[in-house]
Amino acid sequence: MARINLNGKLVDVDVDGSTPLLWVLREQLGLTGTKYACGIGTCGSCTVHINGEAVRSCLVPLSSLDSSQNITTIEGLSSDNSHPLQLAWKELDVPQCGYCQPGMIMSAAALLNKNPAPSDDDIDANVTNICRCGTFNRVRSGIHLAVDIKKRGGA
Amino acid sequence: MKKDIINVSRRDFLISSGKVGAGFSLGLYLTACSDETGNASKLSNGLTESSVVNQQMAQTPEVNAWVMIQPDDTVIIRIARSEMGQGTLTGLAQLVAEELECDWSKVTTEYPTPGANIKRDNVWGSFSTGGSQGIRGSHDYVRKGGAVARHMLIEAAAEKWGVDITECNAANSIITHVPTARTTTYGQVATAASELFPPEQIELKDPKDWKLIGQPVKRLDTDDKLNGKQIFGADLTMPGMLNASIKACPVFGGKLKSFDDSKVRTMPGVRKVLAVNDDAVAVVADTWWQANTALDKLPVTWDEGTNANVTTASIDKMLDEGLTSSDKVFIGNQNGDVNKALKGAKKIVEATYRYPYQNHATMEPMNATALWTKDKCDVWCPTQNGTAALHAASKAAGLPIEQCDVHKIHLGGGFGRRGSFHDFVEQAVAIAKQLPGTPVKLLWTREEDMAHGHYHPITKCKMVAGLDDQGNLTGLHVRISGQSILAAVNPKWMNNGADTFTFQGMLPEGDHAISYSIPNLLVDHAMRNPPVPPGFWRGVNANQNAIYMESFIDELAHAAGKDPLAFRQKLLQKHPKNLAVLNAVAKKAGWGKPAEKGIYRGLSVFKAFASYVAACAEVSVDDKGQLKIHRIVAATDPGYAVNPQQIEAQVEGSFVFGLSALLYGECTIKGGAVEQSNFHNYPSMLISEMPKVDVIVMPSGGFWGGIGEPTIAVAAPAVLNAIFAATGKRIRQFPLKNVDLRAG
Ligand code: FES
Ligand code: FES
Repeated sequence: MARINLNGKLVDVDVDGSTPLLWVLREQLGLTGTKYACGIGTCGSCTVHINGEAVRSCLVPLSSLDSSQNITTIEGLSSDNSHPLQLAWKELDVPQCGYCQPGMIMSAAALLNKNPAPSDDDIDANVTNICRCGTFNRVRSGIHLAVDIKKRGGA
Repeated sequence: MKKDIINVSRRDFLISSGKVGAGFSLGLYLTACSDETGNASKLSNGLTESSVVNQQMAQTPEVNAWVMIQPDDTVIIRIARSEMGQGTLTGLAQLVAEELECDWSKVTTEYPTPGANIKRDNVWGSFSTGGSQGIRGSHDYVRKGGAVARHMLIEAAAEKWGVDITECNAANSIITHVPTARTTTYGQVATAASELFPPEQIELKDPKDWKLIGQPVKRLDTDDKLNGKQIFGADLTMPGMLNASIKACPVFGGKLKSFDDSKVRTMPGVRKVLAVNDDAVAVVADTWWQANTALDKLPVTWDEGTNANVTTASIDKMLDEGLTSSDKVFIGNQNGDVNKALKGAKKIVEATYRYPYQNHATMEPMNATALWTKDKCDVWCPTQNGTAALHAASKAAGLPIEQCDVHKIHLGGGFGRRGSFHDFVEQAVAIAKQLPGTPVKLLWTREEDMAHGHYHPITKCKMVAGLDDQGNLTGLHVRISGQSILAAVNPKWMNNGADTFTFQGMLPEGDHAISYSIPNLLVDHAMRNPPVPPGFWRGVNANQNAIYMESFIDELAHAAGKDPLAFRQKLLQKHPKNLAVLNAVAKKAGWGKPAEKGIYRGLSVFKAFASYVAACAEVSVDDKGQLKIHRIVAATDPGYAVNPQQIEAQVEGSFVFGLSALLYGECTIKGGAVEQSNFHNYPSMLISEMPKVDVIVMPSGGFWGGIGEPTIAVAAPAVLNAIFAATGKRIRQFPLKNVDLRAG
């Protein structure tokens, strides 16, 4: 039995410690917003935050976690689509199929955590998620817009 | 006019959809799956919720097949085609709502099931979502659906008031009796309207009167994509469901010989290890992770069959032979006498290009969930073609169509992979059949998805052209050698053995007509079909045909000593729409004026899926051979532009798809199997490589062209021509990751 700190609550999980966090979230806890697309840390679809940093959850075994780490998933980013990135994404109609978007938003959110006004180069270096539909330009605009929304006190 | 019997087919429909987990109920049933800390147990009452939703639905009057209206004026528009990111759901709803004259802010959508469509005599038409057909293939009947519903709603109000229908009109879901200024709403008369006969004739609006079509309204399906609530096929869960992971013989055409499940049977969660059809093995477990962990450890032996020696080199040899052969050659376009023209030419230019196999690599790997009993089979899956999925399910289930249904779940990308092929459905049903009464979700690993695609076909293309002493193009022979999609996928669509799809963008006329007027032209195809399964891949054959044609036209312009824009313009004199998009990108990009230092431009123009598209790329290549694509100006004339901001999104996305293919897209074959296994060796473009894209949407009216695919055709050649301008290197083999771009 492992105890993790997930979206602000302590949760007990009874599953083999080698199970990646991605599958703990999806299959033990029913949090399917975090997506599987490669399983080898390449695509970023499974991005969550651990202590505010972007982490690819397909590479994190449950056994490496304990309740001292704060894990945030897309479901915990806001309760009502009110995070500046969600507001910006909505304003710009960023998602296409949407499958990569939870991971994309979580990568962008982690970037904003450490860098409240990222440049295009910062975005290039930090948002390394694959999007096969090709939403990149709106993702970039969305990050910049989220910065503006936050400055205006939008959220 | 009032119907004397109530709408029987509708009642049947509701009864059929009232079964466990049926389409209507699905939205609520699935989205109720968990709170932010993952209380998955809430799922256990899912079935109760379905029946509640169905009861609510039963009280929602269906004005006609396309439109349901609730008492609070919520309009539910039915969408038969599949949303996979391309925005068709919103565009189709705009088309219906335009004629319906409803309040757009109260519009929602739902998918009818393909089973219901069959029971109701194909009332929703085609469910197929490919070939950029979503809007252009159904604009007429969906608009009529909206117009008919509007007429019935107004008629119901007029009857209620005892006035003549011609004295009433409707706007924004409000019906007004003009002489008395009395009003009512759609919600108040929807039940009465649903009991009327539809008018026999209905007129559609003149495009100049459109209010909603042509507006950049927001997508209807965004909210749940921002917070993880959107349920994709891979996310599906239902009470008692088991999970399966599968491995099919990696060699194409190979079979399953044997497997030894003694070690994995006792692994945690494992319920069953089973053969699937004659070529695959699956592990079924409580969770997918358990199933896949066990599958990884399962010793399997394959009968690799006759393809075990196939390699990229052996395939290339087949294609090389076809470049000059006269065996199995089909003509796609011919005028004049190309041999005579080439003989009399002042200058001959010749080049051979090659385009590789590519995987669709949808972000969401293939998956399907099936529930089989001896008299019913239900499948939940992301599909581009619900009807085809239903046929696949019925065949695999061994049950008549009437006893099966498919419930479409949101797609994490399609790109053609989920349209013609439902191998994943057949497998899921074959597994579920061995576990009667238990729903089983089959999810492929990325590795399985890479190994068992239906790949963008491989071709080579030899082009020979003649120029006269003025540098005019006097004759052109285009010989395509390589794989036919139709021969493998849909031989019924072939034309006396020929695959006309092979000639997309080079045909004499139609949706894929050649852009240029070329005297003495011959385009032919030596069909060579290697044993690697091909498929429709977003953009299909327009992608490589545009590379061939537009790179070679550029070669000819340089051979003739002419400006690539002027050379094209001359050949486009009789093709004003092609010329217009080309001129638009040249103007906006500043063609003819110097670019910033170190930046070079390239052009391309094409017609595909009935739309006219052009691009001008601006690139630089540094002395290490590092390419940077700075900006692309793109123009699209799709005839009518239903939602310009979604067209922009599709155009931008088309560059990601087309440029990912150009930069990285390649599946190589060794031992009869694909060598690439995941995104580390089949990369896709990242945000850091993405150019700025300036989109010009220039609808000229009078026709309906596609949106999701055409632009892909011009993406690669514009960049390739710019690379030539930058480096003097003409690249004829792809992808670019294999090419040294250093100048000289
Ligand atoms: S699924 Fe984790 S990075 Fe792709
Ligand atoms: S929106 Fe479809 S993969 Fe990114």
